[in-house]
Amino acid sequence: MFRRIAARCFAAVIMGVTLPPVAVWADVAVSVTWLRHAEAPRPVLSNLDPIPQDRGRAGAELALRDNQTTGRFLGQTYELTVVEVAPDDDLLPAARAALAQSPYLVLDAPTASQLSIADLAEAQGAILFNASSGDTALRADSCRANLLHTMPSDAMKADALMQFARKKRWENLALIEGAAPQDAAWSQALRASAAKFGMSLKGEKQWLFDADMRRNAAQEVPLFTQDLPKHDLLLISDVANDFARYIAYNTWEPRPVAGSEGLMPVAWAPVVEQWGAAQLHSRFHDLAGRDMTPHDYAAWAAIRALGEAVTRTNAGDADTLRAFLLSDAFELAGFKGRPLSFRPWNGQLRQPIPLVTRAALVAQAPLEGYLHARTELDTLGLDQPESGCTRFEQE
Amino acid sequence: MTRFDLRTLAFLAAPALAVSLSPVAADELWVTNEKDDTISVIDIETMEVTRTIDTGERPRGITFSKDYSVVYICASDSDTVQVMDPATGKILHDLPSGEDPEQFVLHPDDRHLYIANEDDAITTVVDTQTRSVVAQIDVGIEPEGMAVSPDGKIVITTSETTNMAHWIDTEKQELFANTLVDSRPRHAEFVKDGTELWVSAEIGGTITVFDVATQAEKAKIEFEVQGVHPDRVQPVGFEMTNDDTHAFVALGPSNHVAVVNAQTYEVEDYILVGRRVWHMDFNADRSLVFTTNGVSGDVTVIDVARREAIKSIKVGRFPWGAAFRPTP
Repeated sequence: MFRRIAARCFAAVIMGVTLPPVAVWADVAVSVTWLRHAEAPRPVLSNLDPIPQDRGRAGAELALRDNQTTGRFLGQTYELTVVEVAPDDDLLPAARAALAQSPYLVLDAPTASQLSIADLAEAQGAILFNASSGDTALRADSCRANLLHTMPSDAMKADALMQFARKKRWENLALIEGAAPQDAAWSQALRASAAKFGMSLKGEKQWLFDADMRRNAAQEVPLFTQDLPKHDLLLISDVANDFARYIAYNTWEPRPVAGSEGLMPVAWAPVVEQWGAAQLHSRFHDLAGRDMTPHDYAAWAAIRALGEAVTRTNAGDADTLRAFLLSDAFELAGFKGRPLSFRPWNGQLRQPIPLVTRAALVAQAPLEGYLHARTELDTLGLDQPESGCTRFEQE
Repeated sequence: MTRFDLRTLAFLAAPALAVSLSPVAADELWVTNEKDDTISVIDIETMEVTRTIDTGERPRGITFSKDYSVVYICASDSDTVQVMDPATGKILHDLPSGEDPEQFVLHPDDRHLYIANEDDAITTVVDTQTRSVVAQIDVGIEPEGMAVSPDGKIVITTSETTNMAHWIDTEKQELFANTLVDSRPRHAEFVKDGTELWVSAEIGGTITVFDVATQAEKAKIEFEVQGVHPDRVQPVGFEMTNDDTHAFVALGPSNHVAVVNAQTYEVEDYILVGRRVWHMDFNADRSLVFTTNGVSGDVTVIDVARREAIKSIKVGRFPWGAAFRPTP
């Protein structure tokens, strides 16, 4: 109830200003920087899914256009600055320069880079958006009060998958894990979530092949999976999709695969069509000439969230916008069928998680039947008591 | 039953019907099926589908001319508005509509269509007589809801991502006001002789009531369905009963229709209908309302006085728009 009342208060404030027919707002100009600290891409066996050069950035540009259109009617203007720092170049001078221009940064960068920016003296009081990292630690012990997250955490994605497996009664799981550090992190999220939902992880194997699976998956994968304990669902943790794509249909036992291939929990995918999503895809295609990826969605959501806060508060300063973003009054229409909002305890954007194959949406978590006192969306990822993030309380 | 079967049956039955039954032709309710590219025609007497008519791709908005001699259909994915002879189901011609027409409204002059072009952030004004575009007006992102005041002076476009009602002066064909509403506005109607404008917000979960003279917000209607999380209570289409005393409001994936007292702005009842209810229209005396239920692919018939669902009628895939047609 409080949420609705709060929403009405803001509406009333805005109405007071719009009483003359044409909106005559105080001019608000908001400048945002999209900052990428590129990671050297991992070599993978297949070239079928190249990473777009403008991944993330195109999402930011689309959100900028969306904000500008709204702003046009309200006398509010938006600008986007794009900064890309090469893997070996020094990130912090670029971040300082960006913060000198504007307190709003959308980050497409590894965890360590994000933390080093968040801890800059210049970043205190700024609003940074993590639009790339699923690292659960950033929402837990390593959280920062100036760092919000529009990319879902690995924990949210793993929980989405486990809700589905549980609902299907695929309770016995096996896991194949790749050798990269990201794979270890994603496996850890899957293990934690399996425990949370009372699933049984029967066995795990490390994928250490260096052979070219494009030629011999049919010989190697049956042997490799033959000694896995009995399982209903085979999880694959291979974030870069180096080998995951070669597993399905080659396993010893006929089992569905999930995780990095097969059934995948994602922030966003072209197969999400409902809830007006087709329109977002269509606008994105017109802009970028390609499909919209999770990184694009996270960057889009960050800049749209900021724009929504500016629209509703008619303010451009970080204190007002931060307070509004973390309040019950904030809601973002994110084309996922429910309003999206930020968890005030760790700054994570609450959002449904689509479970997709490459061809279709299979389900969208939270699945029916998973209940929560606050909102079913909080059955995904770190809930308040378990997050361990205290920096938001101190604010 | 497939579409082919229905049409075959209609064809076979036609000569016999023409002889014996033509005097008792009934009022009809026309429903656009977004994912079948068809219209289902419901006989209001028998409450059965009597005809299924092919349309362009992804039909959504549907409205009849004042004398019901033609029906206009937004064929969104064909990027056109089709003009159909409702007697024969034949497409007479297409109108230029701008890209991706989703919803439209016919001006009281019975001549100008105001069309929301969802992909282009434009409202297109088309003269149905000269079949030409009269004006295009820039509005917010993803325009959808369309309404016209009874005197024809104001047209409203709502934009789903910009979250606004855009007020168009129809003499100048330009915007004269833009008012914020809650997230994802979907539908707008002028009520009480055009003194109030109501706008539903799907994600915001509200209807905002504006005073038309000042464009100021006058009230906000909120909904609460027992056992359904507020996030899933999503007002979309709505229609007013006789004398604008009550509004019937489709609440999307909550699978309910709310009955709102238009004087007090209080919700008096919630009626369970099919899944993801979108839009609706009444029969001639407004004693019945027919709702389109997108996900369950059917139409729920509600008895207005009793406020009860009395029947569901299977139509095509993803029924969206609904329009009443009186007995010819």
